[in-house]
Amino acid sequence: MTAAARAALLWAVLALAAAAIAAHARYTADMSAFLPRQASATQRLLVQQLREGPAAHLVIAAIEGDDAATRAQVSGALAALLRSDPAFISVNNGDATQLERDEAFLFEHRYLLSPQVRAERFTASGLHAAIGESLDVLTSAEGVLLKPLFTRDPTGELRAIIDSLDAGRMPHNSGGVWTSADGARALLVVQTRAAGSDTDAQEAALAALRRSFAAALAPLPPARRAHLTLAITGPPVFAVAARTTIEQQVLRLSALSALLIAALLLTLYRSARALALTFVPVVSAALAGVASVALAFPVVHGITLGFGVTLIGEAVDYSIYLFIQNSPDFPRSVWPTIRLGMLTSVCGFAALLPSAFQGLAQLGLYSIAGLIAAALVTRFVLPHWLPRRLAVRDLSGLGSALATLLQRLRPLRFALLVVPLMAALVLCLHRDALWSRELTALSPIPAADQALDERLRADAGAPDVRFMVVVPAATPEGALSAADLVGARLAPLVEAGVIGGFESAARYLPAGALQRARQASLPPTALLRERLEPALAGLPVSAARLEPFVRDVEAARTAALLTPAMLAGTSFAHVLDTLLVRSGAGWAALLPVAGVGFGELSPAAVAAVRAALTAADPTAQLLDLKGEADRLYSGYLSQAVQLSLAGLAAIVLLLLLALRSPRRVANVVAPLILAVLAVAALLVASGHPLGILHVVGMLLIVAVGSNYALFFDRGSQAPEGSPPLTLASLLVANLATVTAFGVLAFSSVPVLADLGMTVAPGAFLALLFAALLAPVAPLAAAARRVAAVPGA
Amino acid sequence: MSAARSRAPWRALLAACAAVLPMSTALPAPTDPAFAQLLQLLAARRDGQVAFTEVQHLAMLDHPLASSGELYYRAPDHLEKRTLEPKPETLLLDHGVLTARSGARTHVLSLRDYPQVLPFVESIRATLAGDAPALERYFRVDFSGSLEHWTLALKPADASVARIVQEIRIAGERDVIHSVQIRQTDGDESVMTLGPPIGP
Repeated sequence: MTAAARAALLWAVLALAAAAIAAHARYTADMSAFLPRQASATQRLLVQQLREGPAAHLVIAAIEGDDAATRAQVSGALAALLRSDPAFISVNNGDATQLERDEAFLFEHRYLLSPQVRAERFTASGLHAAIGESLDVLTSAEGVLLKPLFTRDPTGELRAIIDSLDAGRMPHNSGGVWTSADGARALLVVQTRAAGSDTDAQEAALAALRRSFAAALAPLPPARRAHLTLAITGPPVFAVAARTTIEQQVLRLSALSALLIAALLLTLYRSARALALTFVPVVSAALAGVASVALAFPVVHGITLGFGVTLIGEAVDYSIYLFIQNSPDFPRSVWPTIRLGMLTSVCGFAALLPSAFQGLAQLGLYSIAGLIAAALVTRFVLPHWLPRRLAVRDLSGLGSALATLLQRLRPLRFALLVVPLMAALVLCLHRDALWSRELTALSPIPAADQALDERLRADAGAPDVRFMVVVPAATPEGALSAADLVGARLAPLVEAGVIGGFESAARYLPAGALQRARQASLPPTALLRERLEPALAGLPVSAARLEPFVRDVEAARTAALLTPAMLAGTSFAHVLDTLLVRSGAGWAALLPVAGVGFGELSPAAVAAVRAALTAADPTAQLLDLKGEADRLYSGYLSQAVQLSLAGLAAIVLLLLLALRSPRRVANVVAPLILAVLAVAALLVASGHPLGILHVVGMLLIVAVGSNYALFFDRGSQAPEGSPPLTLASLLVANLATVTAFGVLAFSSVPVLADLGMTVAPGAFLALLFAALLAPVAPLAAAARRVAAVPGA
Repeated sequence: MSAARSRAPWRALLAACAAVLPMSTALPAPTDPAFAQLLQLLAARRDGQVAFTEVQHLAMLDHPLASSGELYYRAPDHLEKRTLEPKPETLLLDHGVLTARSGARTHVLSLRDYPQVLPFVESIRATLAGDAPALERYFRVDFSGSLEHWTLALKPADASVARIVQEIRIAGERDVIHSVQIRQTDGDESVMTLGPPIGP
């Protein structure tokens, strides 16, 4: 077997293996990429909440169109279908069945659940006061609601429970189902079973939801079906949409980039075969990148996938150098420069590998594997496949013209001193808005979808959970009783209007000790009868009427205590599931806290809640989900900056070792740093605070630009300087890079747009600066054939 | 003022009779010309304030409960019932939202959500406003007597509401209402007697 055949076979085997790995990899677009591997307890809980918390699998569905009765009917049919689907843990549309079950549960267990059940409430005077109050309610406008329950619950325990629930913001009810305030939409609130981070399962659940909607419409005549539409929103919807958008744009933009670059190269190469060969390193790089990330990480992040597009720009350069410089002695003349350029880039990206953030480490690994694969394929596989007579358009003329142009521009090189000064000035002026600190800046969700989300959340009374009290404990029982203590401290804040309300699992499942205490405070039948006589003195109701009450109290005294299993079938079951969670080795009770009205917690309210927590349970803390996520992102960003600087240091070290001349290293590095500074200033001045992808983009500028600078460096070392063909190949490679990233700049996915708008101008500036700062005027050397003195 | 607002959970109490909003087609309105005249007369009134006394007969109680206070109305959809005795309570109907305040507690109900509560307040409001469409949407209206001495008998149009409220009889002369009698299907009854206008 010849060397060529062996190389081709090895390439084919590796490419197939990588393709197989990529095909079986799991992809996600959720926030998990932004979470550190070694996290504090708070951060772990945050991650857990973002992935599996109550908010993570909440879907709000709105049925619009046709008339109210039809919407109510469809809502009922849809709810019934979803309730029988195991993909959903709870389905609430406000219909009577669910409410009946919930009410029956609260009523049946009222003596274990009511916060008012204490021994003094069942003394003669306690009973007198409680029954008197119930009688007042009975004669008020709401009396009609309470009348059927009065003889069983004259002390108003059900009312006490309901008063303690945080449900001041439930949706409106019309026609027996939940609706928006104006009645124009029927609403359903659905919890999916799958973890929030399991985008595949969420996508399947949403598809099932849409299928069920279609099935719910089936009984209607076809003409009316068309009027009814389903709008859905919520984190699962966003996760799926984000992933789809990223995937679609990656595909579409890759295709567009590839097409533009292909058109450029076809005009130059005049050979379809050469063009096809150009894409071999590109495809190899993408496959190697995805495969190595899939092997090293449990899931491949959408951002990493998006990054794949960017490798087109870099990997295509290698084959351009091979084809256009058309050197007869490629392995000895051009390859060492490509190799050093590749190693430089690898050094830069290797700095990202130790990042605590998965997303960053994935980008690093992807780039390293991709660049190595592209370079190796260009060196060992491509040359064997080149047509014997490759009739690439002769670009020497273009090269000479470029050389002349550069010669003319050369006096301007001193003007480049202005670049760092201007950049420093701009960055200094915008120093307060330099960095983008909000994680949502990365969200690819269009503004219209976010507006729909806000509208439906307002309709459904389901504000975004931002603040949450976390009460840790060793056991569920401990967490529930701690949650009860915390709840007792938060309730006065609700009364005082400091906070809008809070939710707690302890309301539906009080700790066992508390349940036993409530049971023990109920008097035995004989004693209760004895106390009722004086208690009813002066009240218009006789003891004989309250026999059902006496029977219920006796039953409650000896009833089994509430267990989680007894909540099954009520809508409180999923409240319990989401608000009493495993946390590390122990448990945690979560109490989401809502602001007054529909707003968020004010700083004063946050301080008041923190003070209440200190008094109730020093281990409890108030978690600000958004603030914490933004803090994490900030940490991610500053780590990216630090690692990029470390990467730059590694690049300088590598160049020092390879070039053995600080002066040459300075000449290679200076244009890259200038380009990065100029781009940073341009971005900030045009109102784009720097985010994570801008920083990664700057690393790419250094990676791509180092090739240019190294070719100029090689030219300065050759007696004849940079040959015109080298200049031409650099220009073509640069055009390809600017095209690939320029296309990205128009993406609606922020991560892709950020990369594009950083790298496209940056790569161009890197080439310009490298040419201007080249130690030897290319034309002077080439044309006059004067032996160059380095640094002259 | 207390911010302890509780609204929705009350819906749980309604489950047994959770209901469809009145959707039945309205029966033809009484054709008596005096009825049309009465509505016109009532609709012309902008506001008013009267004293009231109310007596409630509940079968499960040993004796009737009496209460008294003031009723304040401003056209077309603001109605306030301020009970002063025996226990202060304010019931405010404004733009279809019912707010009940008693001591430190405030309850807010949207009438659309609570069809059972609706007849107790909407009957009075719609009559005071001379709002024929509202009356006919929620009730079957029967007019008897003359403009000088009339009685409106209102029967809930919606079946689920009719299971609770049997009939509401409102009596008055010209644009002055004298009494509102609400009879429930279980035999319980309340009679509200309106006094002469009082100064604002």
